[in-house]
Amino acid sequence: MTTTVQDKQPAAAAANAAIERTAAYYRLKADVEDFYYHEADLIDDRRFRDWLDLLAEDISYFMPIRRNVKFGQQAARENTRRGEGMSWFDEDKWTLTKRVEQILTGVHYAEEPLSRITHMVSNVQIKAVRPDLDAPRELDVTSRFLVYQNRVEYETYTFVGRRNDTLRLTEAGWKIARREILLEQNILMAKNLTTFF
Amino acid sequence: MSVRNDFDQLVDVKNGFISREIFVNADIYRQELDKVFTRAWLLVGHESLVPNPGDFYTSRMGDESVILCRDKAGEIHVFLNSCRHRGMKVCRYEQGNTSLFTCPYHSWTYTTDGKLQGVPLHRTLYDGVLDREANSLVSVAKLCNYKGSIWATWDKDAPDFHTYLGDAKIHLDQALDCRDGREGGSEVIGVHKWVFPANWKFAAENFLGDTYHNPSHRSVDLIGIGPSAAAGKKGRRDDELEKAKHVWISFPGGHGVHSAIQPEANEYIESFLDNPILEKYFRHCFEERKRRLGEQARLLPFVGTIFPNTSYHGRQPRGLCAWHPHSPTSTEGWRFFLVDKDAPQEAKDYLRHYYMRYSGPAGMTEQDDMENWLYATAASTGTIARRHPFNYQQSMGAYVTDHPLGGEVSTQVTEQIARGFYRRWTTYMQGGDWNELLGSPASNRQAAE
Repeated sequence: MTTTVQDKQPAAAAANAAIERTAAYYRLKADVEDFYYHEADLIDDRRFRDWLDLLAEDISYFMPIRRNVKFGQQAARENTRRGEGMSWFDEDKWTLTKRVEQILTGVHYAEEPLSRITHMVSNVQIKAVRPDLDAPRELDVTSRFLVYQNRVEYETYTFVGRRNDTLRLTEAGWKIARREILLEQNILMAKNLTTFF
Repeated sequence: MSVRNDFDQLVDVKNGFISREIFVNADIYRQELDKVFTRAWLLVGHESLVPNPGDFYTSRMGDESVILCRDKAGEIHVFLNSCRHRGMKVCRYEQGNTSLFTCPYHSWTYTTDGKLQGVPLHRTLYDGVLDREANSLVSVAKLCNYKGSIWATWDKDAPDFHTYLGDAKIHLDQALDCRDGREGGSEVIGVHKWVFPANWKFAAENFLGDTYHNPSHRSVDLIGIGPSAAAGKKGRRDDELEKAKHVWISFPGGHGVHSAIQPEANEYIESFLDNPILEKYFRHCFEERKRRLGEQARLLPFVGTIFPNTSYHGRQPRGLCAWHPHSPTSTEGWRFFLVDKDAPQEAKDYLRHYYMRYSGPAGMTEQDDMENWLYATAASTGTIARRHPFNYQQSMGAYVTDHPLGGEVSTQVTEQIARGFYRRWTTYMQGGDWNELLGSPASNRQAAE
């Protein structure tokens, strides 16, 4: 039955076919989820320098602006592109480190006093494993996030969206080598983006 | 609650006090939409957003949606984005190319020059009654393509845009001209849009030349995010104005700028230590500009606001902002980021990164501005708060009126610009004629009184 369905898929879809759900897949997925929960803890506990340690030195951290486009143009035009024009974030580790340093000055008034923030991560799926499940070194992982921010007294924002990550295994554990953050908003419905996603 | 409608009392620029009501009051806000935003010239966009026939870009004027469109013949138009039949937005895409705007509601269609073309069952339902010409999309009264930036007004009696700008022109020019001194030549490389809970005038005033708010950016200055930051320089910008004499100018039309005049020697100041290619490029631009403009090259723009709600950053991070009113206590910020169209790719790429880390809701510098505007608005809504006007007494009288740059020129940080802005705002709110709005002494009104 499975074979029949796969036979009917077009070539592109077949190339994206899900990794077979073996015990090894679920073990790896549990590892990745654990990594994400740890990451969320570091940000929400305001351990920003420790969070930076989870980022590869060559990280690409990207949040496009989402645009309203005509049906059929989504793939080509809905999102601004990494490496060209203006996005919300198109950053490297230097800039992310600056953002952390800024919060730690204690006079970054947009985060002083610090906001209360909770990161929820869900819908984790491993989309690709390199070289293979027996000895994974690099993963493409998709997930959803729900970030709740409350600051000072009444100011509250909810950020919901998707993340497309590439994780890399190092001697110090998993590192984020690439992160694309798709926030489900067109005009940003928040005065600032002072948290990390 | 009844509003004291005496704007002269609410805006007391002579003594330097301005009521908080004008920043929070819903009635005053509604009057602003009617009396300021239907008359003043407003920034709509940039020609680079609609380069080809049929290209459109949806924008805003005041609190309303408009379409910036280049018609099939290449002419640029600005229309209200609302069907003449039942008001549905005829375009809900941000940008694109089309030959027709088709209303989703009853399928009336409009051509790219705004003319009503298709009306379903026209012969049966409307024959002999519906005048197509009279049911075009509502067009602005006047439109100006100024060095690529597109401006419009709903007031057919408004003066042309150059007259409206007055002596503020040469300051705005330098945000729009090429870095090497050639006229125009900029392009928009992206637009940030976001909503923040503050009155729109806080943002407009911030860019009017409120250099006094510098301490709120201490965090970025401490860590350094400028183009020489990786080389160890602190601060948030380049150093090109470090030897300049700064001027703060209030213009009679309500515009205000903070610009800088380089010393006579006017030598290039190294500003891009992090990137030798950029250093070479900007040095080249500097020398070329000096060669082209001569003595005039000494004037460099910094920031400014063109009345009422368009602001610019003339050098870095270079761009135009429109502060669209949403409600008395909410504003939609749009920032059009500019580069020279023919700048090398390396320069464009560097600049966009710098703009992203500096500007807007994700920008390390401007996040702190938004915090100020929000809580200044929030803390002014209370009954007691409203009884106590804001203090605008900074540098009272410290300006000259005979400076070659025109307007009221101050060489120290001053709220004279803000006083000038609100003085003109008052004229709009009182329904002044265009002579008065441009800053000529009240003519008929005073004579009649």
